[in-house]
Amino acid sequence: MKNHVLRPLFAVIGIVALILLARMALVPKDFGVGERGYMYGWHRHGNEEDWKQFKVKYQGKEYCKDCHSDKYAGINKTPHQIIECENCHGPAGTPEGILHYDPDKSPKLVIDRSRGLCLRCHYPLPYPTSGRANIRSIDPVTHNPDGECSSCHNPHNPMEGLR
Amino acid sequence: MITRRNFLKNSALGLAGIALPLAAFEFIDPRKLMALEAKDGAKVRWVFLVDTYKCVGCGLCVKACKLENEVPYDSSVTRTWVERYVITRDGKFHADTPKGARDGFTTTKIDLNEGKFEDIKNGDIEKAYFVPKLCNQCENPPCVQVCPVGATYQTPDGVVLVDRTWCIGCGYCIMGCPYGVRFFHPVYHTAEKCNFCYHRITKGMKTACVQACPFGARRIGNIKDPGDPVTKIIMTERVGVLKEEYGTKPQVFYIGLDKEVR
Repeated sequence: MKNHVLRPLFAVIGIVALILLARMALVPKDFGVGERGYMYGWHRHGNEEDWKQFKVKYQGKEYCKDCHSDKYAGINKTPHQIIECENCHGPAGTPEGILHYDPDKSPKLVIDRSRGLCLRCHYPLPYPTSGRANIRSIDPVTHNPDGECSSCHNPHNPMEGLR
Repeated sequence: MITRRNFLKNSALGLAGIALPLAAFEFIDPRKLMALEAKDGAKVRWVFLVDTYKCVGCGLCVKACKLENEVPYDSSVTRTWVERYVITRDGKFHADTPKGARDGFTTTKIDLNEGKFEDIKNGDIEKAYFVPKLCNQCENPPCVQVCPVGATYQTPDGVVLVDRTWCIGCGYCIMGCPYGVRFFHPVYHTAEKCNFCYHRITKGMKTACVQACPFGARRIGNIKDPGDPVTKIIMTERVGVLKEEYGTKPQVFYIGLDKEVR
């Protein structure tokens, strides 16, 4: 065949080879098809492990039990037992993975004492077909508007009477 | 006739061809993929169950989710949110989710956005309820199909994840999701979504929202385990899913789903 026909062909083959070589270098080794097939499983496998290594912040009630056994036992006798400690006290772990129970650098928890926190449940919303209507509530405009709820009510034992 | 010039040229070309490894030419064989799919021996398929009767709209799930998953607390985006639906006696329907219900619902006024509110008299309410929303972890996720680079995918246990190092931020998946659960992460600028707290459920923990919910309105379970209480409810009770007609096979099931909920 004549040279002027073959030359562009070689050029194209060269470009394709370059692209394939670049693909080998740039695409991670573990990139491929997962269990869900090409349409849904095409990914870098290492990313599943990356997500599993993400730090857990909310540890749950049982984490608090050993050191704060009095509070744990106390609140479990009240209607507030359904509320997780960390819902008001904040998560026990930090994004860096430091936990509240760490003798050297235990981070102090920031307690949310705002009226807004209590009003999440105790603002009156008379909604039928929702459990909200059955929760005892107050009107925040008329009910001691300037005070913190916890200055009169004990959140760990709301039924014990006013402080 | 072989000249010296031709011989050298051909040898050089031949050597270059040999130097290219065969692996560089390997393309995907669909039959191989089918075999991969067929031997699906997975023992886990995560599903979610929401009981809208139990939800009181406290929004503690949203707060826990944002802190657990490091979604900036004051940004307007969130992986999960709670919607309020109020249907009045005149047949009108009102819905809102101020800040995704991060701070709950502490007013009877419906948030119309742009600082406008609509007051609804308690006597006018026909029915009203709260609906928590999160990623449906669809069996046929449209968001995954449209990803041009393979940055979002479905794990063997059914959760759709986003690879932040691989996402190019084109936003196709955000447009593709019929449930509107995807958004751009304000810090990483990559697609972000609820992943059922993959770092927690793979350690045997509950998701942050399930743990934070005081009323048991949210539950997570494994549909492949017949003894799982969530599986039992889905199999034996009346549950609904969102936008079934899209064919995405959503895996978040709702008890008490109403026709107004979209």
